[in-house]
Amino acid sequence: MISQEPILYTVDLKKYFGEVRAVDGVSFRISPGEVVALIGPNGAGKTTFVNVITGYFNPDAGKIYYQGKDITKASRTKKIRMGIARSFQLVNLYAELTALDNVRIAVLSRLGKTGIFWKPVERFDDVRNEALEILAAFGLEEKAEVPAKALPQGERKLLDVAVAFALRPRVLLLDEPTSGVSSKEKHTIMERIVSTVRNEKIATMIIEHDMDIVFGYSDRVVVMYDGKILAEGKPEEIKQSREVQEKLLGVTAGAP
Amino acid sequence: MTSHASRQVRNKIIGYLIFLLVLALIPLFTRIGLVTEFVQNLLMYSIIFAIAGLAFNILLGYSGLLSFGHAAYFAVGAYTVALAPQFIGNTSFEVLILLALVASAIVSMAFGYIAVRLTRIFFAIMTLALTQLVWALILKLYWYTGGSDGVNVRAKPLLGIPFNEFMSRPEYLNTVFYYYLLGIFAISLFIIWLIVNSPFGRALLATRENETRAEFVGIRVRLYRWYAFIISGVFTGLAGALFAVLNGHVTPEQADWIFSGDIVFVAVLGGFRFFEGPILGSIIFTFVRQYAMGYAIFWRLILGSVLIVLILAFPSGIMGALNSIANRIRAGSRVLPAATTPTPTAITDIKHHQDGGREK
Ligand SMILES: Nc1ncnc2c1ncn2[C@@H]1O[C@H](COP(=O)(O)OP(=O)(O)OP(=O)(O)O)[C@@H](O)[C@H]1O
Ligand SMILES: [Mg+2]
Repeated sequence: MISQEPILYTVDLKKYFGEVRAVDGVSFRISPGEVVALIGPNGAGKTTFVNVITGYFNPDAGKIYYQGKDITKASRTKKIRMGIARSFQLVNLYAELTALDNVRIAVLSRLGKTGIFWKPVERFDDVRNEALEILAAFGLEEKAEVPAKALPQGERKLLDVAVAFALRPRVLLLDEPTSGVSSKEKHTIMERIVSTVRNEKIATMIIEHDMDIVFGYSDRVVVMYDGKILAEGKPEEIKQSREVQEKLLGVTAGAP
Repeated sequence: MTSHASRQVRNKIIGYLIFLLVLALIPLFTRIGLVTEFVQNLLMYSIIFAIAGLAFNILLGYSGLLSFGHAAYFAVGAYTVALAPQFIGNTSFEVLILLALVASAIVSMAFGYIAVRLTRIFFAIMTLALTQLVWALILKLYWYTGGSDGVNVRAKPLLGIPFNEFMSRPEYLNTVFYYYLLGIFAISLFIIWLIVNSPFGRALLATRENETRAEFVGIRVRLYRWYAFIISGVFTGLAGALFAVLNGHVTPEQADWIFSGDIVFVAVLGGFRFFEGPILGSIIFTFVRQYAMGYAIFWRLILGSVLIVLILAFPSGIMGALNSIANRIRAGSRVLPAATTPTPTAITDIKHHQDGGREK
């Protein structure tokens, strides 16, 4: 499956913040059904890379292609409509709203129904059921009526991913979906995410610091360092690379 | 869950119907002397401010935008009713209402277009500034608007029937106009309820709760805020139109920033996080103000103090206070829902300043 045409790729993508070369010429590709781990030390530019792909920032140079089309200049909302969704390093949820509503709003938006003002939202049984199914896929069905702010950290992380997932994306970019979660919970979360995205053949890029997770769940690992891609390959290859060991594993060995 | 939610909705609808029924009985109570005409009159003002408060709350409560300029749309509605007859003659009130809706829609489209580019305090200041424009215009165009003297507004035919020609003004206001007003209130209540509970209403909540996330599920935040602004402005204009006839007189006071503040107060006092908050707030506000006015020139001061005390005592509004009392009573028989468990803080998650997800 990895030999497939990439669904999304970037060519020499650059984003500078003044002197800081956060993303400095990244050429990256991802294919349908592939789970790619993006790793690198703090400040390597991983989040910025996601921000540029999703249109949060415009790149200073380079191109982004999606399904063969140049989408470098497309607006954020347009990219979402096309099927590129993301989650956030720090959870971005509707704190006061229930888990159900957090997901339901994404479903409504995907179906182009957020403009409907003449019918109560509870009357859209199909939307509600779909939202509940998505919550169930992430093990959150019991929490449907709980406000996001009252969920424990691990579940908020999952909900954040569930919201992105509700957009039925073809490319899913997850920024540290397990950060701030106990290592036992991490595996539960990753299993849920990976089984769900594999079922749907979603091209998924996961930014992650925990090497157990990285090597355990990804098909391919991309290492970023100082805004550039330092190495890239199968998990075993990356594990054995001296350069990566020195620059990255050495640095993060003691990290939480 | 579904049956629980639908039962809640049903109970609410029954509550509204009872409320409307009680209001519908008021003229009868007045006739038999249970309620004074004066109180009924105050109730009419309350109903009008309730419409404005509900409309305002589409922005504050549901979109998280504090408008300090709702007097503008109210005044545009009121002045349209007051001034249009000069040009189109003495028509039925519906025609004037329609014109008022169009006028307030145009003004709120224009003002909203500018204001939704901002949020928080900047939004509030912008709406305030734009309203002062309307206020100044009303004063400057005195040959049309009567300047600070304002314009008298006569009673209007309703539904094409010239009640105004065979009824005295008090009789007209306390009977036919009262029911007309109540009807419009019921319709507005229904429409605004529908809007805030619709998918569109959920999208507004999303923009209120988390702008970034809303955008990243594909909601066009500014556009939706603009829609909300226009809807809010139009219903406020409707309230202004009704006010013109009830009050019989419109003055620049209705465009004044103090009046904008009154609308804010109505919502905050009642509880802007509750759909019904502005209705309750409006009734209390109108009556408190009336009695405060008895104290001559200090009435603003007294009104302000009373309201500040009320807000301090009930930070989430009177609805919030009632709600927590109700919850406490219910908690006696049932375990509190998980929603009330304290939020765990994600200290472990805050490891970097640049999260790429959160603006500002
Ligand atoms: N909005 C911004 N303005 C200025 N500088 C920024 C901004 N966002 C990121 N940077 C800088 O760009 C560099 C890359 O940051 P980025 O957040 O992409 O790193 P990261 O790899 O995601 O790190 P972490 O693992 O800590 O999340 C850092 O030096 C950071 O300070
Ligand atoms: Mg990051």
